[in-house]
Amino acid sequence: MQELVINGLLTVVILTAVILRFFIGTRAGSGMTKKQKAMLNRILIAAAVLLGLQFLSAETFAQIDGYLFPSAGHWVRFALYLVDYFIIGYDILRKALKGILNRQVFDENFLMAVATVGAMALAVYENGDYLEAIAVMLFYQVGEWFQGYAVGKSRRNISGLMDIRPDYANVERGGRLEQVDPDEVGIGSVIVVQPGEKVPIDGIIVEGSSSLNTSALTGESLPREAKAGDEIISGCINMTGVLKIRTTKEFGESTVSKILDLVENASSRKSKSEDFISKFAKIYTPAVCYSALALAILPPFVRMLGMGLTADWGTWVYRALTFLVISCPCALVISIPLSFFAGIGGASQEGVLVKGSNYLEILSQTKVVVFDKTGTLTQGVFEVNGIHHNELEDAKLLEYAALAESASSHPISKSLQRAYGKEPDRTRVSDIQEISGNGIIAKVDGVEVAAGNDKLMKRLGIQHIDCHQTGTIIHMAINGAYAGHIVISDIVKPHSKDAISSLKAAGVEKTVMLTGDAKKVADQVAASLGIDKVYSELLPADKVSKVEELLKMKTGKAKLAFVGDGINDAPVLSRADIGVAMGAMGSDAAIEAADIVLMDDDPIKIAKAIKISRKCLRIVYQNITMALGVKFACLILGAVGIANMYLAIFADVGVMILAVLNAIRCLFVKKL
Amino acid sequence: MKKTYKIEVDCANCANLMEDAARKTAGVQSATVNFMTQKMIVEFAEGQEPKAVMENVLSACKKVEPDCEIFM
Repeated sequence: MQELVINGLLTVVILTAVILRFFIGTRAGSGMTKKQKAMLNRILIAAAVLLGLQFLSAETFAQIDGYLFPSAGHWVRFALYLVDYFIIGYDILRKALKGILNRQVFDENFLMAVATVGAMALAVYENGDYLEAIAVMLFYQVGEWFQGYAVGKSRRNISGLMDIRPDYANVERGGRLEQVDPDEVGIGSVIVVQPGEKVPIDGIIVEGSSSLNTSALTGESLPREAKAGDEIISGCINMTGVLKIRTTKEFGESTVSKILDLVENASSRKSKSEDFISKFAKIYTPAVCYSALALAILPPFVRMLGMGLTADWGTWVYRALTFLVISCPCALVISIPLSFFAGIGGASQEGVLVKGSNYLEILSQTKVVVFDKTGTLTQGVFEVNGIHHNELEDAKLLEYAALAESASSHPISKSLQRAYGKEPDRTRVSDIQEISGNGIIAKVDGVEVAAGNDKLMKRLGIQHIDCHQTGTIIHMAINGAYAGHIVISDIVKPHSKDAISSLKAAGVEKTVMLTGDAKKVADQVAASLGIDKVYSELLPADKVSKVEELLKMKTGKAKLAFVGDGINDAPVLSRADIGVAMGAMGSDAAIEAADIVLMDDDPIKIAKAIKISRKCLRIVYQNITMALGVKFACLILGAVGIANMYLAIFADVGVMILAVLNAIRCLFVKKL
Repeated sequence: MKKTYKIEVDCANCANLMEDAARKTAGVQSATVNFMTQKMIVEFAEGQEPKAVMENVLSACKKVEPDCEIFM
């Protein structure tokens, strides 16, 4: 019965190998290396010879007994099997020998070599079943081949997905377009990007307008319009019109190079699970080898000396060899990094760049998410909403405010400039004093103007009037007298509320918002979004200490993530367990400081990133449990003699195939 | 100084062994092997000539995994 199954399997192996070698392998882009093709040939030959020898049974060979010397048939049969064994296994034997010479004894080659040579020896001793040793080696090689091919192919597929590298840049020379290496294009050159091509280098559009597909960068499928004068980021795909772009960076400094660099090096930062597995593999293999040795020696001795039975060496050596076959750690070692790699690849498709497997792991344990308000949950685009209690005309007050704040790049001062509508004449402003967290005092046209929050008014000892509207209030004092206030409010991003609720659904226990804004504004925003806790009126340094406080409060393995827009919150990003920068397209500082970068500024992506990391880690744990569970079950079954070598090798190869297929699931994150 | 080399290695466990071997080579500050992107990132110790060090790294790696390749 068993023989029938093995013969059937051999036929399947032969047929599959023929299809792979002569139909798939000959296609361009099959991704089969020369080495893999050669291996396939060997598998094919060895399997065919083995099947042939199976049909010529021992009796056939017995007919030539006595022709040359007694039992010649026996030895001829052995020689033929031995040749077949070397065809399929010579490289394993060579590697095992080399390993022993180099004092690298315990690797899977050694295990397979000892197991199959042992099985061969047993077969000679018992004059019979050579099939087992060769079949085990054959199926091991088939498994190795499949693993190499599947991993190589998925590696290339995932890398291909992430590959946004432009191959060339078009430069106009002598009225003709020439394709040159993007590395050779200097800053300030004009490049031409035709419809359907990738923008190779960051720059400013000098001519033309078009729709850009930014999905490779942001995961956002809606095209973005671009016209002359706009900045353009490399990695976008030009969809409709011809664009002429003046480059502002070298290729190596462009967004696309930075992102590629980040993604390619991502899986070099290893996660704890990966570390665990590589340490585990180092202990596991020697441990199994020694147990096998013990299994081969101890029970026979006990039987002989302790129980007065026959030693039964054959049985116990066979069980020990089965042990060795089960002990290959490859399924584990391969599937964990592959899962993380696929997870990182899938995430980058969604516009979430993860800088390392370790961050994916931390993200999955996140229980507290701390947000910066401005630019993260709100658009960070402020608008002047009202001017109250003023003695002067509205326009005049706004003019004073805009001029006083003209030196600042704060979003609030920008909105004042916008409301003012004219380019501020800086020569009218002097003696600018910026008081961090309070506001600005400056002389405009020789008049002393103070613009800032209520703290500034208190500091100056000026009576101010609180506003009934929520928003950021800029109190104005001119020549030491209160002159009314300007109300500026920020707009909440459309997906912020959904983002908070889907974080909750994904298992985040606590959401916190930090802001430098007034309490009233902060509370109102937080209440409308459903955020648990708000800390308002914080100076930039306070944000770091608040995060530290929150870090102390959390319990156990729970991790804290900080989400900011990457502008002036770099210290907080690095202090949190995991820093997430959003809307980071083109912002080098944010890409540097953060561990996870969201390419567009939609907060819903945070929940998505967490869900991706959870899925990925779930698969990692599934693989660890499955591989270890099956291995240990087989070890026990092998030790008591229920599992034979076939079962062992099928368990090994089967687990590996399942683990690899399971790992690939990490790539599919679209619907999360 | 940090340099990245393209490598060729078939199995993940062998990649781990290569990483170990590279780390133990004299003149190497730290080394990471990325099996997925088939790259080895080596940080050299102060004042070391990368070319000479990499020769040793390659032979150390060949010892643990005869089939591996580092493209220099």
